[in-house]
Amino acid sequence: MTAVEDRAGLPSDEPAAPEIGKARRRKEDARLITGKTTWTDNMVLPGMLHLAVVRSPVAHARITHVDVSAVREAPGVIAVYTGQDFAEEQGSLPCAWPVTPDMVNPGHPSIAVDQVNHVGEAVAVIVARTKAAAQDAVELADVDYEPLPVVLDMERAVAEGADLVHDHLESNTSYHFVFDAGEMGTGSDTDQAFADADVVVSRRFVQQRLIPAFMEPRSVVVQPQGDNYTMWSATQIPHILRVMAAMVTGIPEHKLRVVAPDVGGGFGGKLQVNPEEILCLLIARRLGKPVKWTETRSESLMTAHHGRDQIQFVDVAADREGNVKGLRVRLLADMGAYLRLITPGVPALGAFMYPGIYKFPAYRFECDGVFTNKVPTDAYRGAGRPEATFAIERIMDELAVELGMDPLELRRRNWIDAAEFPFTTVAGLAYDSGDYETATQQALELLGYDELRAEQQRRRESNDPVQLGIGFSTFTEMCGLAPSRVLGSLSFGAGGWEHAAIRMLPTGKVEVVTGSTPHGQGHETAWSQLVADSLGVPFEDVEVLHGDTAISSRGLDTYGSRSLVVGGSAVVKAADKVIAKARKIAAHLLEASEDDLDFAGGKFSVRGTPGTGLGIQEIALAIFAAHDYPEGIEPSIDAEATFDPENFSFPHGTHLCAMEVDTETGFVKIRKYACVDDVGTIVNPLIVEGQVHGGLAQGIAQALYEEAVYDDDGNLTTGTFVDYLVPAASDLPHFDTGNTVHAAPGNPIGAKGVGEAGCIASTPAVVNAALDAVRHLGVTDIRMPLTPERVWRALHDGGDGGERATARTNAQAADSTEGPSMTGGAL
Amino acid sequence: MIPAPFSYARPTTVEEALQAIAEGGEDVKVLAGGQSLIPVMRLRLAAPETVVDLGRVDGLRGVRDDGDAIVIGAMTTHSDVLSDPLIAEHAPLIAEATGTVADRQVRHRGTFGGALVHADPAGDLPAVALALDAEFVIVGPGGRRTVPAAEFFVDYLTTAVEEGELLVEVRVPKLAGSWGMRYEKFNRVAQAWSIVAVAAVVRRENGRIAEARVGLTNMGPTPLRARQVEEALAGAEATAEAVAAAAERAAEGTEPSSDLNAQADYRQHLATVLTRRAVTAAAGL
Ligand SMILES: Cc1cc2nc3c(=O)[nH]c(=O)nc-3n(C[C@H](O)[C@H](O)[C@H](O)COP(=O)(O)OP(=O)(O)OC[C@H]3O[C@@H](n4cnc5c(N)ncnc54)[C@H](O)[C@@H]3O)c2cc1C
Repeated sequence: MTAVEDRAGLPSDEPAAPEIGKARRRKEDARLITGKTTWTDNMVLPGMLHLAVVRSPVAHARITHVDVSAVREAPGVIAVYTGQDFAEEQGSLPCAWPVTPDMVNPGHPSIAVDQVNHVGEAVAVIVARTKAAAQDAVELADVDYEPLPVVLDMERAVAEGADLVHDHLESNTSYHFVFDAGEMGTGSDTDQAFADADVVVSRRFVQQRLIPAFMEPRSVVVQPQGDNYTMWSATQIPHILRVMAAMVTGIPEHKLRVVAPDVGGGFGGKLQVNPEEILCLLIARRLGKPVKWTETRSESLMTAHHGRDQIQFVDVAADREGNVKGLRVRLLADMGAYLRLITPGVPALGAFMYPGIYKFPAYRFECDGVFTNKVPTDAYRGAGRPEATFAIERIMDELAVELGMDPLELRRRNWIDAAEFPFTTVAGLAYDSGDYETATQQALELLGYDELRAEQQRRRESNDPVQLGIGFSTFTEMCGLAPSRVLGSLSFGAGGWEHAAIRMLPTGKVEVVTGSTPHGQGHETAWSQLVADSLGVPFEDVEVLHGDTAISSRGLDTYGSRSLVVGGSAVVKAADKVIAKARKIAAHLLEASEDDLDFAGGKFSVRGTPGTGLGIQEIALAIFAAHDYPEGIEPSIDAEATFDPENFSFPHGTHLCAMEVDTETGFVKIRKYACVDDVGTIVNPLIVEGQVHGGLAQGIAQALYEEAVYDDDGNLTTGTFVDYLVPAASDLPHFDTGNTVHAAPGNPIGAKGVGEAGCIASTPAVVNAALDAVRHLGVTDIRMPLTPERVWRALHDGGDGGERATARTNAQAADSTEGPSMTGGAL
Repeated sequence: MIPAPFSYARPTTVEEALQAIAEGGEDVKVLAGGQSLIPVMRLRLAAPETVVDLGRVDGLRGVRDDGDAIVIGAMTTHSDVLSDPLIAEHAPLIAEATGTVADRQVRHRGTFGGALVHADPAGDLPAVALALDAEFVIVGPGGRRTVPAAEFFVDYLTTAVEEGELLVEVRVPKLAGSWGMRYEKFNRVAQAWSIVAVAAVVRRENGRIAEARVGLTNMGPTPLRARQVEEALAGAEATAEAVAAAAERAAEGTEPSSDLNAQADYRQHLATVLTRRAVTAAAGL
């Protein structure tokens, strides 16, 4: 537990304790939690019209006829548009990551014109005076579809003679991406390594499709004013959205302002340029009126981009003593029907993380991006790295079984030792700092490892119906996205820098403008702590502004655990510039040489002359008045900075899960979960713990609960929260968390990033734990999520429980279900 | 999503309610706690012409002692049920099962009667009512009638309550002798509906099981009594072995559905395990 510091209330003459490291309660939470704030859907503008979208009920079809005349007649309806109406001006939604030069991108219209490629694609948009009127008119739209064969299963989609998702393309493969360490010069020849190995273990893992399921539904408001447009959107990426929306619609960038007001979660799901954002702009431009679109939860689950959905073929080679010799990964990655903002890049980002923390001499990665008639996949918390971490941490356990070794011993033998940092891996990444042994020792103690192992033994011996297992995940990830030059070398469409500005107000208060856009992470609190320490001003005197391109002109927004590492560093750099500028003014006013000035606790003082001095907040007023300042400088101490990291940062940690498996029912229950994460310098322990908890919830959810399931026709079966199981607090155990701290050398704060750690690390720990509980009963794999039925089938029928699937992601769903198709609880 | 337009009536007595239903047009829906009806309307799977809200019919809310039975008003909320002393004394099984229903918010609005009339096969209360041999008091234009639990649940989402009628109260007989009860619910997350659940009510006499009633949740379109288990238990010795042997028969004759959570054969397997556990606990073994 982290002790919470409330407002300190210290007498003002005592030197304030550093803000960095304080478990401050988040200053933004009261308004976020009570909802008394500007969520996009709370906005009401004069004359605002409401949109409802008519969506395709079929997964793959030609649109043969659209009749919207009845819609037009409906009460309250102002206008209705079909794909034909925007065919000329809508362009294509952007894909910013062509991972290979010959990647095939079919283009993605915001509204379907003559063909639909997944259920839920927009086919008409209704504009009405009220939301209810727009909604009522939806069922009056009459659209005829000529069905086309539905492609759902990736392995079938890439087979010879497969039906095509896009019939103007040659195949369902968008790209073939390869990273070969031998060819890149970062490792030796992989085929040779496998040929020479004593032991080779091969596995096929399924990364099921997940839904980001952010709490605040997506919402967009666009207001036209003359030829200017303001768009409010519940987005993670106002800056990127502005550039992209300008390019798609032809509205000049300087005529478009994008605002992300308070945003209620994203997890990558709002790292997107949405069709509805473009449609709102196009319609507001046509009508000259403000418009709003807010999705329903059903629309959100059905049409917002999904995550994961990969089939992983993983081979590991080792010698008999347990030294790893080579790693080979082949992926099929489901793109869905289209390439969205970074759809193709997600598996490619993961490519660099498969070697994990281990010293593999040889490594080869290949990935096929595959089209199917499903909603596109894209970033979801971890984006590529959870998949990679799962694969390596799962196969290390399989290798340990094959070698008859303790899984921890195998890891120890192969991981990078603390003395070896910085360490360049076989994937070419330079891991910055860390100590895997210490983190692991701490985690073992937190878990109470020895007692649990003893209990496991007892339960095995007594043939207890409830068996116990312990699972490891010793992981690292790449954060701090990203060095711009590296992104360039990976053909990404933008840089990875971040921008900040500090504005010193006349009363000494401070405005911090950040280009990194929060949607629940607590930037306002953490950035205030950074600035309070840098400038020596009270925490309460700092206001953080964000998310509005008119206020924060430059920025690359929030994803990939980049905010503190990159955005926070820009803030610190800007603060340094403020101090440098203020120093000149202070020297002038104190009639001293700049070199004789000390700056501490927000005050410049002349060395050796106690009692003298000038506070930076006083200087702010002095320079506002500008009555007395040195010649040759401008009367301002405001400053801006752009920080472009030179390397990624590499948080790491050891996650341990103890799992009970009821062998009679297949029910799994986490008995205990302990983790020790190294996220570098900790600015706010409470925020760090919160991020770890939330990440664990989502990572555990992938292991045990969540899966987006399509039926044979391409309908999303898990279309409500009754069927798409997001765990709540009551379903999760107490988390025992801890930290080691090895500062990141690559940024002035020393932070490594914590936003995704829990989500990346936990999934394999949980699955490994369940398998450890039942491996002696002959179970070698269980398909995620580990539903009770799958666990039970794996125990009783063998296999991974996925064949007679409880939740089937694809057309393999052979036997038709009987009886009413609703799951328990028709509501 | 926003429901389709509808007219709304808010009666304060049962008579007014019946009249509002009669005058409500083609498709009238009664609104109790709204926890099942409102979601279906918001998804536009139902679009009633008129909604008759029973929320102000105070006479339908509360639990009373009626000699050999307790009587639970249809509009008694789940959270009222959980804190009611009569239920705690005479039918703790109802409270135990109600405690597994959804979450606090849903239990605060959802009602005992609504859950029974809705008759979702995955709902927890129908099997409990069946195991307790409850009686359902229904009123309508034709007057008042009482239907035993065994005849109340007719089919998937269908009960003996006809169009134009209301369920007003449920009579639960007090049990005489030394009874034990248990509701064993199996689901994946705490707030979810039952994949399978078993309600067991057991009377012990002289080291034997004198009588057992076993209700099954979600083992078919309606709740079921596991008659073979009940017969095997009647007069059996109160031992773990006897209970286990009887429980093996829990799925006989059932035709459960297959869905995302469970295929039929897995449901049948669960029924046997959960029956063993429920009866074992109810028998105090
Ligand atoms: C998230 C969620 C989780 C849930 N989980 C569970 C669970 O785990 N277990 C469980 O058992 N239930 C669960 N429920 C359902 C809950 O118990 C509901 O309260 C119940 O199903 C319906 O009760 P209600 O009072 O809300 O009825 P309403 O939704 O108002 O009505 C339901 C139906 O019954 C009819 N009706 C209601 N009262 C009468 C009456 N007196 N006479 C005639 N007709 C009437 C209505 O017309 C309607 O058709 C869940 C609900 C939700 C929203």
